[in-house]
Amino acid sequence: MTEVPEHLRKRAEEAREKAAAKKAEDGGGAGESGNGGGEAAGKIPAHLLERSRAAKAARESGASEEGGATPATTGGAVATAVRPPAAAGPGGHTQRLLTVVKSGSIQDVKAKPVDKVHTWPHLLVIEFVAALAMTAFTLIFSIFVNAPLLEMANFNQTPNPSKAPWYFLGLQELLTMFHPMVAGVTIPGIGIFALILAPYIDKNPSTRPEDRKFAISLMTLHLMFWAVLVMIGSFFRGPGFNFILPWIDGLFFEL
Amino acid sequence: MAKTIEDKRTSQRVSERLSGVGESIQGSQAWNSIFRPGSIFRKGYTDSPRNRSYVIMNSVLYHLHPVKVKRHAVKVSYTLCLGGLSFFLFILLTVTGIFLMFFYRPTAAQAWDDIYTLQTSVTFGLLVRNIHRWGAHLMVLTVFLHMARVFYHGAYKPPREFNWVIGVILLTLTLLLSFTGYLLPWDQLALWAVTVGTNMMGYMPVFGDQVRFVLLGGSEIGADTLLRWYVLHVLFFPFIIVIFMAIHFWRVRKDGGISGPL
Repeated sequence: MTEVPEHLRKRAEEAREKAAAKKAEDGGGAGESGNGGGEAAGKIPAHLLERSRAAKAARESGASEEGGATPATTGGAVATAVRPPAAAGPGGHTQRLLTVVKSGSIQDVKAKPVDKVHTWPHLLVIEFVAALAMTAFTLIFSIFVNAPLLEMANFNQTPNPSKAPWYFLGLQELLTMFHPMVAGVTIPGIGIFALILAPYIDKNPSTRPEDRKFAISLMTLHLMFWAVLVMIGSFFRGPGFNFILPWIDGLFFEL
Repeated sequence: MAKTIEDKRTSQRVSERLSGVGESIQGSQAWNSIFRPGSIFRKGYTDSPRNRSYVIMNSVLYHLHPVKVKRHAVKVSYTLCLGGLSFFLFILLTVTGIFLMFFYRPTAAQAWDDIYTLQTSVTFGLLVRNIHRWGAHLMVLTVFLHMARVFYHGAYKPPREFNWVIGVILLTLTLLLSFTGYLLPWDQLALWAVTVGTNMMGYMPVFGDQVRFVLLGGSEIGADTLLRWYVLHVLFFPFIIVIFMAIHFWRVRKDGGISGPL
């Protein structure tokens, strides 16, 4: 994952499209000329081709003279000429050309372009505004709604109903239906472990909702299960933890 | 007439001198040693790509955020900021919690009175307690919603499996933090809610009774329970959850950055 600036990426894409269009245009002509050799000849400078041809000719004549005594030197195009080439380059230069690398063959980068933005200000501003909004919300809510403080704890006076904090009311609700061992340990234990193991059970690599119908339904069921239980425990349970209707019997719920 | 001109001249001189003070502070070595190159507080900050990078790179924020994030990652509609808000609520709860600690003694005889006095006689006492309480409930909610969001986006899939596990642990720790704090006001609501909650612990197989005994400091809730839950609430669980949060945030970056499919 390399990061390529947006404008460079666009420029590269345009260039690539242009090149592709040009190739498509040239397609007919290339087909007539036929083999790849013709194409290569077009790209390699004439004097180099000339030199290579001369070298090959010299090597072959040498090989036929020595009668195959040194077969290693005939090992194809990779081997450089043993003797100084018959023809030096333009201006009398005698560098040897080891190989001709066609453009594109080594610049084939695997990385995909990623569109990125600066954390400052793009992300930090969002975070700051979110934090500010959250502070404002809690502050204003706290000004108008007071946290409950009932009478001092009294071991001799059990309030009716006695309820756990709201996030445990689902468990308390289960306690009315099952043996405490099942309601308080087995079911929540399975719930937590199923959550922890979710990524190891769910081997489906796709993250698209339409590919994950089963996983999404299962999770929704799971969440709904707890949400419904918590709501029943919170609002539909009155004195003696008996079933009530909040709009008739009132609310027995403290946060 | 002459007086107003004189006034205008004076105010001009004052504002000139003030801006001079501002500039000399912003140009001082002390200021520049705190606000590193690129800082938006430093004199001569210009909004350039280089300075945008420096804002992160030359500050403690670099421990939390990379210099650049994917354009997709900053879409609020994708993450709804839920993870960040959970963390922010944790900070808010720590700050308000420290304030509350100044006025609270975790003994059966004094706890309730301390809360009552805090509400009636301490400046902003009631407000800060309210923020702490509602913030705690909100944090349970945001952590839960964050988990649901991550699940529905399939963001727990490789390579993020382990971070999901850390996340579930963080959810459990959040519940435990909230639950241990529930007892501290030592009123009827606290006592009996915790009684109901801890009765369930006794049903754990094999170690149930032992765990309950250790947590309650006895076989029933009493004065010792209050001290234990106080220490759990203000020291033990915050300590543990901070460690897990550090791992959680670190892995977010290691596993490909905030939000978005890989």
